[in-house]
Amino acid sequence: MTVRKPTRILQIAALVLAATLLISAGPSDDTRVNALGHQMMCMCGCSQILAECNHVGCSYSTKMLGQIRQAVLRGDSDAAIKKMMVEEYGTVVLAAPTTKGFDIVAWVIPPLITLVAIGAVVFVVRAWKNRKPPSPPSPPAPPEELDSYRELARKETEL
Amino acid sequence: MPQIGSFTLLFALALSIYSFVAGIIAIVRKDERLGETARKAGIAVFVATTAAALALVVAAFRDDFSLAYILHHSNRDLPIQYKFAALWSGQEGSLLFWSWLLSTYGMVLRLRHKVDPWLVAHASVIVMAVQIFFLLLINTVAHPFALVTGTIPPDGNGLNPLLQYPEMVIHPPMLYLGYVGTTVPFAFGLAALITKYPGEKWIHITRRWTMVGWLFLTCGIFLGQHWAYAVLGWGGYWGWDPVENASLLPWLTGTAFLHSVMMQEKRGMMKMWNMWLIFTTFLLSIFGTFLTRSGVVSSVHAFAQSGIGPWFVTFLIIIFATCCFFFVMNRSHLQTEHRLESLVSRESSFLFNNVLLLVSCFAVLWGTLFPVLSEWVQGHKITVGPPFFNKVNVPIALLLLLLTAVGPLLAWRKTSLDSLKKNFLVPTIIAICAAIGLIVGGMRPWEDISYFYSLMAISLSVLVTATILSEFWRGGRVIARHNNSNVFAGMVQLTRRNTRRYGGYIVHLGVVFVMIGYAGVAFNQTAEQELGTNGEMRIGPYTLVNRSYTQEDNRNYSTDIAMIDVYKGGKKLDTMYPEQRFFKASEQRATMVANRSGVREDLYLVFAGTNPDTGRPIIKAHLNPLVAWIWFGAHIMLIGTLVALVPNMQLARVPLTAKESARAATEVQRAGSTVGAGD
Repeated sequence: MTVRKPTRILQIAALVLAATLLISAGPSDDTRVNALGHQMMCMCGCSQILAECNHVGCSYSTKMLGQIRQAVLRGDSDAAIKKMMVEEYGTVVLAAPTTKGFDIVAWVIPPLITLVAIGAVVFVVRAWKNRKPPSPPSPPAPPEELDSYRELARKETEL
Repeated sequence: MPQIGSFTLLFALALSIYSFVAGIIAIVRKDERLGETARKAGIAVFVATTAAALALVVAAFRDDFSLAYILHHSNRDLPIQYKFAALWSGQEGSLLFWSWLLSTYGMVLRLRHKVDPWLVAHASVIVMAVQIFFLLLINTVAHPFALVTGTIPPDGNGLNPLLQYPEMVIHPPMLYLGYVGTTVPFAFGLAALITKYPGEKWIHITRRWTMVGWLFLTCGIFLGQHWAYAVLGWGGYWGWDPVENASLLPWLTGTAFLHSVMMQEKRGMMKMWNMWLIFTTFLLSIFGTFLTRSGVVSSVHAFAQSGIGPWFVTFLIIIFATCCFFFVMNRSHLQTEHRLESLVSRESSFLFNNVLLLVSCFAVLWGTLFPVLSEWVQGHKITVGPPFFNKVNVPIALLLLLLTAVGPLLAWRKTSLDSLKKNFLVPTIIAICAAIGLIVGGMRPWEDISYFYSLMAISLSVLVTATILSEFWRGGRVIARHNNSNVFAGMVQLTRRNTRRYGGYIVHLGVVFVMIGYAGVAFNQTAEQELGTNGEMRIGPYTLVNRSYTQEDNRNYSTDIAMIDVYKGGKKLDTMYPEQRFFKASEQRATMVANRSGVREDLYLVFAGTNPDTGRPIIKAHLNPLVAWIWFGAHIMLIGTLVALVPNMQLARVPLTAKESARAATEVQRAGSTVGAGD
């Protein structure tokens, strides 16, 4: 079976892209403090992400980032650092719900709704497609009826 | 002034009640004269609320601190434009502003009543019901003309320093025009349902009003983003704050409606769906207004907590119950005329588009309200912040971008696989090449999920651009051949013949630029350093040198200013002046960002503070790639919407000879099955 040239180009390009994407490397340790700082809220009341708090005169962000930095240098894991911060500042210090207990409901519901909604659309479209019975051939339409079809075609294309 | 304001508000309420009651009686009895008095009373409501709003503005200009509202939101040394902005900076004033905008929309609606007097009569009554709610609020629990008790202070508390920027004079009015603008399409939709309106004329009327409201909401949202970026000094433009989310919710459902309405117009489909989209858009506008004022969720943007929450909840229940009642009564009128015939069709793409927009809306609403739910279930508060919203919404946004590329090239009813291959092959190759080029250029999507998302966003944006340009090119070429003109003139005429379709494509192009701008956030860099005189710091390819720092003082504020020279490759590019201001009346600090914006990146400097021991400034520098694309994209979206609002150019019909007909048919066939496939 011959394959047309543009299709071959597309196949090769897709293979190259897939191959490059398969190469993986872990996150750099140098970004851990920044990454953790972006997973927590500043407790000064500014409602900003800790690493982005620019509240003038903020007495919390420097201290909190310092605590995270010390813990990273100590070799603590991300989970241990988050636990330490929650114990000191409460659950509101985390910028997003956890994946434990009731919090996991926050994460599960949106993708579940997405899948259900897309599935429902596919189901409805297929049901409508299958429901319509084949109609018997109709007699040729009179000329004036053809005018209404022409108008419908013009309306739907509107070039 | 307070007496004039109070009286005009009461008068407005009385007029609105008369207009509502008389309007209903006129409809029931088919009494045209009574209906005319109701219409004119509705117009008079505009006059009365205008007088009330003017009274409040004049009180601000005159520094009338006998009014509690002016005392809390203004002061003598406030520049005059911000005294004007005090109208909407507080709870009571903003509700008066809401009422005034609604009365303005209502007045335009009533002046244009001849477009369909019966439908407009019903819509006017519905608008007036909403007007009554807001006038009741501001005449009772949120009175803007409440007087100060006891001794009147000599000066006010001033305006929040964060609001003392030019953009804050336009951002709230734009947003309110958008929120309030959803009332009119809602009124038309409900009126069409109540009257079992025959035909689709009501949808044409409703679509234009929706587009206007959507336009203002879009402007308001992007102005808010730009203000957050230019003023707040954290280097970002969207924090997924509940108040920000409240503006996004009706925008998402409004966008869904503007797409799915085409299915109703072209194919008589999605009638029930569209009706509920209009209802939901309005309900979300009211809900958003409720969120920002009730204290249900905490937000830096929110007004102070007040007792108006129960009023809004009651109003929302009444609206929802009314919509449900008339839907159940008259839903047989909304039966679809056709069925979807294929998963690969324009109709299906619109359906998927709607589903994704609504899923995104749900995700934003879910995240905004989850802290309340969590506290109720678990007994303690949690935060649902940007990490949650970004993780959930970015994949949905990427899917939407894919649909933006695919949808316009699908035919109504059914698209053949051959047509799909023909239309998408070249754009897909271009997009994949763009992705490979980005990886070769240094993007490493495997290092972090945010890099992967950025790569996908830019690649899909290239795909969308390629498909849109191919649409313009093919259609323009056909017209150019007919008219013996060049392709670009053909594209202009193509657009003028179908402004909604091609204006919509221009809006999509704007969205593409915005998404490319958002994709840059994964590569932001920051650096912070104390800089004495001639001190240096580096960020990316730039070297920043602090030449000097000084202080200035005026009646409104005192300020610390740093003079920073910017070098790149040893060559001086610019001098930037980040500031930190102390506002005397409110005793609050705020930063004035110095931003050097370019096509590739923004260099963004913040005067973060001063070392108390040395007195030297602490400068925080951000390098934010591609941010300017966001604002450029927003302008393109605005232009596209304005193009879509322009009526189509009417063509003179000239009979063709047989030879000319055959030639035209051949050229259309050659241009492909999706050209002229309608919007």
